[in-house]
Amino acid sequence: MSGYLVTLATIIAINAIVACSLNVIVGFAGQISLGHAAFFGIGAYTAALLAVKAGWGFWAALPCVIAMTAFIGLLLGIPSLRVREDFLAITTIGINFIVEAVFNNFEFFGGALGIGGIPRVALFDLKLKGPEFLYLCLAFLAVVTALCWWLTRCWAGLACFALREEETAAASVGISPVRFKLLAFVIGTAMAGLGGALYAHFMRFISAGDFAFPLSVSLLSMVVVGGIGTLWGPILGALLIGVLPEVFRPLIDYRILFYTTLLLLMIRFQPGGLLGENSAARRVLARMLPGGRA
Amino acid sequence: MQLFIEQLLNGIATGSIYALVTLGLALVYGIMRILHVAHAAVYSIGAYAGLLFFNLTSSLLLAVLGSMAVCSLVGVSIERFVYFPLLKHPPFVPLIASIAILLSVEELCRLIAGPQILTFPAELPFPEFRIAGVKVTSTVTAVYCITAAVLGLLWIVTTKTELGLAMRAASQDMAVADAMGINSHLIVSVTFAIGSAVAAVAGVLVGIYFNQVYPTMGAVPAYKTLALIVVGGLGSVPGAVIASLLLGMAETLLIGYADIPLPRDALAFIAMIGMLMWRSQGLLGSR
Repeated sequence: MSGYLVTLATIIAINAIVACSLNVIVGFAGQISLGHAAFFGIGAYTAALLAVKAGWGFWAALPCVIAMTAFIGLLLGIPSLRVREDFLAITTIGINFIVEAVFNNFEFFGGALGIGGIPRVALFDLKLKGPEFLYLCLAFLAVVTALCWWLTRCWAGLACFALREEETAAASVGISPVRFKLLAFVIGTAMAGLGGALYAHFMRFISAGDFAFPLSVSLLSMVVVGGIGTLWGPILGALLIGVLPEVFRPLIDYRILFYTTLLLLMIRFQPGGLLGENSAARRVLARMLPGGRA
Repeated sequence: MQLFIEQLLNGIATGSIYALVTLGLALVYGIMRILHVAHAAVYSIGAYAGLLFFNLTSSLLLAVLGSMAVCSLVGVSIERFVYFPLLKHPPFVPLIASIAILLSVEELCRLIAGPQILTFPAELPFPEFRIAGVKVTSTVTAVYCITAAVLGLLWIVTTKTELGLAMRAASQDMAVADAMGINSHLIVSVTFAIGSAVAAVAGVLVGIYFNQVYPTMGAVPAYKTLALIVVGGLGSVPGAVIASLLLGMAETLLIGYADIPLPRDALAFIAMIGMLMWRSQGLLGSR
């Protein structure tokens, strides 16, 4: 595989991990978040600071990164308990802007210069780069997908689904909205932290602009295009949104327009996403696989 | 002291411009419960259309009127073709559609007019004042007068006319308004037209005030005005105006006098999160 393809695939794999994590919050628990890039960024910055300033290795730092992101997710999840839907969307946008401003303006986080010189991930003295690092990302993606699959099956996941459908009804049968919303937030942000750590060690240089609000929009687009609340949707979405700009590289000047128009048409005519219930793709799949579940 | 007053006047001018943009957003939210992020796209279209008409006719009045017409048309099209069919979906669906429209319009403006900053060489026909050594520039006077006129006109329309009554009825309950013989979809479209026309005025005014028109001029207002309608109380137009004026003053004075480590654009969001924690219905909102 050429270096170009490996880099593209690695970025898509990392985006898929983060899109899956966003899907836990938005798709499973029904809590709209337009600030997920902030948690991705918190993960990346924690990993970078631990590696550059404290000299920790990736594997030693990873549990700390995940715990830290989950903890901040818990803290920032608390405002979301007081607000719903529209308010929540705006609050999460606000969180994204504030987190980016903090990274950009405090000397501790490297300020506008960002953080450079982040070492590669080492596995038993072997420095992972190129394809090896891609395999590591894919392995983590598999873990994240398995965790999401398990969430759709276990009691906590079912409780989240119930909250998403009808909060009052769920509360009346004893599902605590506070507990399960926060649970979804913590799981989602922890996974985003993992994605951030991988991103930091892959790019080896990060700055606040990498985690700005447009990234949150693309992450949400991945989830929406693929199919919100589905298991494979976010991965498909990450793949499409990662690959399409490369395929349309010849149209370089029109490519963002093309891509935003596509998103607009998608959400206008197929709001459930490509793999969502009643979507065209799913109907075709169901027809091709008689008796099988698409 | 003199400098302080001049700063304060500039802050109120900034706040007035925020108010003009936020106004349309609050109107739309009040009637449709949609976070109309693309309102900022309408505002930048307004600036470009105004500049185009100004260059063609070199009359500021025609430029403003033309830009208002174009923006009303754009606003109503967004409502008819995108928002209305999506009303039955959860609120994030129209929100994402709206963000997609904003980004598409930014790209269209960049492709059509070019990525560079265009100047808006119009002179505003307003006098310059000097009161007790404090200088009030003609642009600041213009911003005050135009904002006051727009706000006054809008207040009369919404409180004194039958159209305003129908708008308030539709914002309370569309189904009941329909049953009372109000064509509420038409009222929604009219609301979009009014809000978009006000955004056009704001776009032209900002273009002249800063002498800049550029493709991403809507990006910061898009999200800042969302924070402002939350602080004002979602759907409350007076609340949105008060919040805008306060933010304009706070931004200008804090940047001038306090050494805060964060950029001014983060301030709106901090105010917003504080407001949600303290009084989640906003300044003038009701639960």
